Parts: sequence; structure tokens; C-alpha cells
Amino acid sequence: MSVWRIARLVARKDLQIEWNSRVLINQVLPFAGVTMVIFAFALDSDAVLERVAPGLVWLATMFSMLVLVQRTFAIETDDGALDALRVAGVDPRAIFAGKAMGLAVQLLVVEVVLLLAAIVLYRQTVPAGGVVLLVTTLISATCGLAAVGTLYGGLAAGFRGRETLLPLLTLPAVAPVLIGATRAVEAALGTAGAVVSDGWPWVGLLVVFAVAFGVGGSLAFGPLIDE
Amino acid sequence: MTTTESNLQREHTGRSTAGGTGTRGTRVIGILTLIAMVWLVAFGLGFSPADRDQDEAVRILYVHVPTIWVAYLSFITTAIASGMYLFTKKKSLGWDRLAGASAEIGTVFVAVTLIVGALWGRITWGVFWQWDARLTTTALLFVTYIGYLAVRRLEGTHQQRARRSAVIGLIAVLEIPLVHWSVRLWRSLHQEATVLDTDRNTDMDGLMLFSLFVGVVAFTLLYLWLVMHRTRGMAMEDYLDDRGLDEALVARRAEGDAFVADHATMPTAAPAATLGTEETT
Repeated sequence: MSVWRIARLVARKDLQIEWNSRVLINQVLPFAGVTMVIFAFALDSDAVLERVAPGLVWLATMFSMLVLVQRTFAIETDDGALDALRVAGVDPRAIFAGKAMGLAVQLLVVEVVLLLAAIVLYRQTVPAGGVVLLVTTLISATCGLAAVGTLYGGLAAGFRGRETLLPLLTLPAVAPVLIGATRAVEAALGTAGAVVSDGWPWVGLLVVFAVAFGVGGSLAFGPLIDE
Repeated sequence: MTTTESNLQREHTGRSTAGGTGTRGTRVIGILTLIAMVWLVAFGLGFSPADRDQDEAVRILYVHVPTIWVAYLSFITTAIASGMYLFTKKKSLGWDRLAGASAEIGTVFVAVTLIVGALWGRITWGVFWQWDARLTTTALLFVTYIGYLAVRRLEGTHQQRARRSAVIGLIAVLEIPLVHWSVRLWRSLHQEATVLDTDRNTDMDGLMLFSLFVGVVAFTLLYLWLVMHRTRGMAMEDYLDDRGLDEALVARRAEGDAFVADHATMPTAAPAATLGTEETT
């Protein structure tokens, strides 16, 4: 079987498990929603919230991502499923790509829900001219986040103390995504007078990031889990 | 010390003498470091003049600039040693220990850079911290290598540790330019690097430039001295781990033999002593 076909099977398996267990809907999305509410408590000003809404959306996305990554590797390590995949001779690049695709789909759901929350709670509006930029940003940022999350999730999987190691490794690595995606979404939503054309250079950064970690991650994943 | 024991130790440290981590080489480098440090203090605090704009605060830079240079040098060493570990056939733990020792020292030096930089900023800019590109990248660099050191402390055999940390050591090289690029796009206020800027002539005072040069020499020597000691220290730690395992194996085998001797008449097979050490994994 080709790498691509196995990757799709792994992703489908992950999403099937997710659909059956409903952890995303019952736990991660409520967690993301609570984060958006407590941001409002901390900042305590409608004007400030309106200004920083895109950044808060991405911060909440990253916190949710940490939970999702723990979850996506917990299902692999609990029954030694990752070892079984490796023993079966499955290409680690395929496992990486599959896990990343499954994670990316879940992240996209979280991001859309958080954006809706920002529209309702933080009074954001989506101008028609910004829709293309917004969608491109969401997709490119998600690819980068999923690649980093899968890489470090795979490294930390199966160790005591992974809950604390994962944020320490992941958050500095995804700092470029936080910066780039926030600026791009600000441009798409017109926050603080930003114009749509300002957003595209940031999308360039997000694409480069996604490609770099996609390639680097698929090469590094094998040595990391092959133990 | 038994023959096997000293063989095991030689395998790890490349030397057979028990005791410290010093050799003649490190002693020479240590003495040179001390001389260079005294030289740096003399030039940095004594001979070099105060700056027109920064006044006496300029003297902080004789520590600030050399420490960040050493930090970069150590992280480059970590990356090269990680690559050497991963891409050579022998999978020598020596490369792994060099990478780890270098990263530890680099992390300490980044911390020193950030602290003295904050002090300099408080005096010159009036604030400890500016959210500019170079500062922010350096802070993230610091956190990234703290993460690398945390990965080194994960459970597992020496070879597992070596492979994991080598991969993370190389990924950090991918990470840092991306972080730097994004943060620079984000904002930049920091004074551009003046000394390495070849486009225009540096207008630094000759004596100041020389003091800076002395600082770079002194701290590079200090780095060499530290990395040699720390690499050997790590070799000893690994050796102790392995010796602990070997002693446990010998003790369990003795227990097994005693059991067999006690039950010599029973037709049970003797416990097979086929447990391998970590090198076979």
C-alpha cells in the first residue's frame, strides 16, 4: 500500500475513534469555549476584546491543540497500538501524515467554533472581502500546527511526564504560527483598521512553516518512535 | 578496580584513571581561560573608555556580546554533534554527550545574555525588556533548549536518549530561523549588529572593539574548558548507570546460582543468564 493510502486509513481510524468517543465535542470544544469566556474576565473591556480577538482565537486554539495532541497519542499508546503499527512494518511517514491529517480536521472544527464564539462574544464581523484570506489562513495555519503537534506528541507519547513536556516543546515551536495567523486574521476581519492585503505576506510565512515542519516532521518521526 | 570494570570505564571515558574529569589539555585551557578573564576585567573595567551615549553601561556589552556568541557556538556544536550521531554508522554516544554538554552550557550562557541584557536595557532604554525581534528570538531560543534538555532527561537507555535528543537537536535548527523570521516581521527596534555589518565602517572606538575581542576569546576558552569537563562528566554518569546495571546482573546471577546449588537434586533448569545490557537494544 502506498504511503498516502495508509495515511488516509490512519486518519480515518483516528476520526472514527473520535466520532465514537465524542471527546472533541464533549470536552475539547467546551474547554475552548470556557477559555474564550475567561479571557473576557481577565481583559474586562469591550474595546480591548474587540482589538485582541484574533489573537485570543489562536491562543485558545493552541491550548485546545495541546489537549487534542495528548488525546490523539493516548489512544495509540494505551494498548501499544503505535508499537503494533511499527511491528506491522507501517511506514512511519504514513503514520505521521495520517495522525497529522486527523489532528488537522479536529483543529479546523475547533477554529471554526472559536471564530463563531469571537463573532458572538467579542463583536467581530467577517467582511465579504476577507473570506478568502480567512479560509486560506485557517487551512495553512492548521497544517503547520498539526505537523508540530504530531511530531512532539509522538516524541512525548508513552513517557511519564509527557503532559508537562508537550507544552514546553510545542509552544515555542508554534510561536511563528501564533504571530502569523493572528496578523492574517486581523487583516481578514479588519481589526483595528487592518486591510486585507496586509494579510497575505503572513500567509506566506504560514505556508513556509507548514511545509518545513511537514517535511521535517515526516523525516524525524521514524527515528523518534522507532524504539 | 577489576579488569572488566576498568575496561568498561575506558570504553566510556576513553581513559582508565579514576578521579576527576581533568587532563593536561583541560588544565592548559583552564589556565588560559583564567588569564584571559583577568585580561578582560582589566580592559573591560579599566583601560577601555566610557561610551559617549551609553556611559559606563557600555561595559556590560563586554559580557553580553561574548556570551551570546558562545551560546550560538554551543548550539551549532549541538546541531553538528547531533547530526554526527544520527548520520554516522557507529552511533557513538560520545557525539551525543558532546551535544548534550554543549546545549547545557549554551543554555546557561543564553540566560546570562538575557540577564545582563535586561540590566543594560534598564540603564540605557529605561526598561528591562523590549519586545523587539532579537530579544524575543533569544528568549524563545532559551526556552527551546530548555525543552531539548528536558527531552534528554526522559526515561530510556542511553542509545534511546541519544537518538531522541539528536532529532530534537536538529529540529531546533529548523525552528530557530522560522521563529527569527516571524518575530522580525512582527517588529524590530533592536540596534542592528554593528560589528559584523560589512556594509559600513564600524565607528566603535578601537579600544572598545579590542575589549570586546578579548571578551570573545575569554568566553570561548571558558566554553571549551566547560564542554570538555561536562562531556567527560556525562561519560562518567553513563558509566555509573551501566555499572549499576552490571552489578545488579551479577547479584541476580549469584542468587540464581545459590538457588540451583540448594536445589541441586531437583530436575529444574538453571536460570539462563542471557539478559543483555542496553548496548544490544
